[in-house]
Amino acid sequence: MDFSLNEDQALLKDSLERFIQGSYDFDTRRANVASELGYSRETYAQFAELGWTAVPFSEADGGLDGGPIELMVMMEQFGRGLVIEPYFASIVLAGAALRHAGDDDAKARWLAGLIDGSLTGALALQEPQSRFDLANVRTRAERSDEGWRLTGHKAVVLNARDADVILVPARTRGRDRDRDGITLFALAAGTPGMTTRAYPTVDGMQAAEVILEDVQLPADAVLGHEDGALAVLEAVTREALLAVCAEAVGIMAVLVEKTVDYSKNRKQFGLPIGAFQALQHRMVEMFMEHEQTRSLLYMAAMKLAAGAPDVDRALSALKYQVGRSGRRIGQEAVQLHGGMGVTHELDVAHYFKRLTMIDLAYGNADHHLSRFAA
Amino acid sequence: MDLNFSDADLAFREEVREFLRNEYPADIREKMDRGIRLARDDFMRWQQTLHARGWAAPNWPVEHGGTGWSATQKYIFTTELALANTPTIMPFGLSMVGPVIYTYGNEEQKARFLPDILASRAWWCQGYSEPGAGSDLASLKTRAERDGDHYVINGTKTWTTLGQFADWIFLLARTSTDVSRKQEGISFILADMRTPGISLRPIITIDGEHEVNEVHFENVRVPVENLVGEEGRGWTYGKVLLQHERAGIAAVARSKYRLDTLKRLAAEAPPGGTPLMDDPVFRRKVAAVEIELLALEYTDLRTLAAVATGGAPGPESSILKIKGTEVQQAIDELYVEAAGCYAFAFTPELFASPDIPDATRIGPPWAADTAPHYFNGRKVSIYGGTNEIQKNIIAKAVLGL
Ligand SMILES: Cc1cc2nc3c(=O)[nH]c(=O)nc-3n(C[C@H](O)[C@H](O)[C@H](O)COP(=O)(O)OP(=O)(O)OC[C@H]3O[C@@H](n4cnc5c(N)ncnc54)[C@H](O)[C@@H]3O)c2cc1C
Repeated sequence: MDFSLNEDQALLKDSLERFIQGSYDFDTRRANVASELGYSRETYAQFAELGWTAVPFSEADGGLDGGPIELMVMMEQFGRGLVIEPYFASIVLAGAALRHAGDDDAKARWLAGLIDGSLTGALALQEPQSRFDLANVRTRAERSDEGWRLTGHKAVVLNARDADVILVPARTRGRDRDRDGITLFALAAGTPGMTTRAYPTVDGMQAAEVILEDVQLPADAVLGHEDGALAVLEAVTREALLAVCAEAVGIMAVLVEKTVDYSKNRKQFGLPIGAFQALQHRMVEMFMEHEQTRSLLYMAAMKLAAGAPDVDRALSALKYQVGRSGRRIGQEAVQLHGGMGVTHELDVAHYFKRLTMIDLAYGNADHHLSRFAA
Repeated sequence: MDLNFSDADLAFREEVREFLRNEYPADIREKMDRGIRLARDDFMRWQQTLHARGWAAPNWPVEHGGTGWSATQKYIFTTELALANTPTIMPFGLSMVGPVIYTYGNEEQKARFLPDILASRAWWCQGYSEPGAGSDLASLKTRAERDGDHYVINGTKTWTTLGQFADWIFLLARTSTDVSRKQEGISFILADMRTPGISLRPIITIDGEHEVNEVHFENVRVPVENLVGEEGRGWTYGKVLLQHERAGIAAVARSKYRLDTLKRLAAEAPPGGTPLMDDPVFRRKVAAVEIELLALEYTDLRTLAAVATGGAPGPESSILKIKGTEVQQAIDELYVEAAGCYAFAFTPELFASPDIPDATRIGPPWAADTAPHYFNGRKVSIYGGTNEIQKNIIAKAVLGL
């Protein structure tokens, strides 16, 4: 048993930590969120220069052969910095879909760009009715003379407005919720018939509704196996779950630190508010919730890395814990900051918002509790 | 024990309902129902509508313009207003400064201020909190120094809700520092917001809205006749005001309305989806909040009954703020969950005006506002005395600890 990072992983952690602490301060982030693009292209280019965008890909694909542990290490730091650059959408979602679909043509066309940061991607995992069911796909792809014709609506697609490629699951066979008959398509930006309606998200990112109206695609727009995309989506979702949970743990750590710190400095009734036992116990609870979540994070990352047969149970346990503890830590952090906690000025409010929204992504606490219990 | 309304009460309820059907301005109703931000004028016009009927201040004594209603009638009135989804009545004038003025003000002040408060001609804001004085309000530092016929006020107030709309501010300021307890030497002063030396800095809340402000006082000269009651007794008056604030703080009727609405919305689903209300786990969660609300409703009614029979509100009344805000926040969370992925969309501009059609919103028309609303709603356990401070009060005053 070993909970320590190897040398390369420790170096990776170090490089992210230094960057987040040194160059990703909250005011810069705030300015980037408020900019036209909603993030900083220069910052994202730096991620690529530092090699982070290459981490999860195999050496054969031009990557650094990183796995779940590396993903966890990076995402935790992104959580600490509340990073809004499209690493998650582009690398953890779209990049992973390309990896898992194992389609050489598509990889040749897109991967190099994703890895060197010159391109970004998006993966359209949800539809308005699908909630947390990956197989609930109503977007249809029908064969046409040239190849395929797609019609449908994809909901809240991260980074869709600026992505150079959007990966779209569509139903090529069967009924709405069948597990078989889903196929993944790669749509280059500007494909005729595809429109995006973009908007910022409450947690500082960018998303869009993607509407497909008789989108004509060539036969080779199919990514991987026809009708067999669900396995790919499931594999991607496993990594996405681990990634957002690691991000959540990074956020939790920050919220615990900041709240404890604030309680030592904020004085009321002649004392630091941290001197009040009623608040001390609340902060102890926050601290414990964070540690318990971190334990499940390490467990799930190791199981995913080892390809353990019970990895889905492990991820469900983790995501449930993240939802439950995240809610508590976020709400308490705000409450203990008093009025300051509900201001746009204070970073704590923004950590709270992101942590809240992570519960809603890829299955909330109830969803994963049910999955674990099943 | 009897749960039924009398015939007279039922007739009164019908009267209120008819008033709401006929007099609740359609444009304001539309804004409320579609979740569109209200402007200053909307709040004022609604309160003026109530005033036109003589119903602006049910809690005031009749001689100052109150309604003389029984506790049951007040309860019916509040409930019907909430069920019709009417705007919140701004508390600063009608529930806060008004009662202080009619209780402690002199005749001249009553004549000068009460009619404008009652008729919602003037917008008031509350200047209590300071950067260094939140829960420990008595440590406030804003000074009012006597200079001839004026007080000269210096200091900073903060969290001033909708101060940008206000014509007047009532504030607690220190008129003497030569005191044995910090609660002494504080005075209750009224200031015209246009007085030179008063400036506002907006504070943007977590949902991106301009709801609160910092209010700076720099050598602000306020005539001494704007002192309410005796100099140095402001703390006592301020506490009286907080008791008035407690009336209706449980917000039971509004929470009921919101929970019922939620159940209706969550029973719908887009084509190919399953309504969330069909999910037994979600149903149980809704039911748990509903039960908590039911308990709160009856706790509220017990308080009301105690007051109606001439008694003081019992210990149960201390529960109202804590449980009331917890229920409001739990309902906020259910809305976010019901919105699902569409809770992510941050599009306040689409909720800014009735001219923007609902069809332009992202997802179901109600969904994209749920997360900002939840984030903002964290304030209810913070303002009006944090829930921790409320618990300290219960521990001390009720449990004798
Ligand atoms: C949206 C909003 C609107 C507001 N509107 C107004 C307004 O119009 N006018 C106005 O005057 N004020 C207003 N307030 C201010 C509000 O009353 C204060 O925020 C509140 O009193 C808490 O003070 P604080 O923010 O300084 O927090 P603090 O007092 O610093 O409290 C920080 C934390 O410490 C806890 N704490 C403090 N003391 C103790 C203790 N002894 N035991 C246990 N826990 C303790 C608190 O409960 C809280 O969790 C508003 C606040 C908000 C958020």
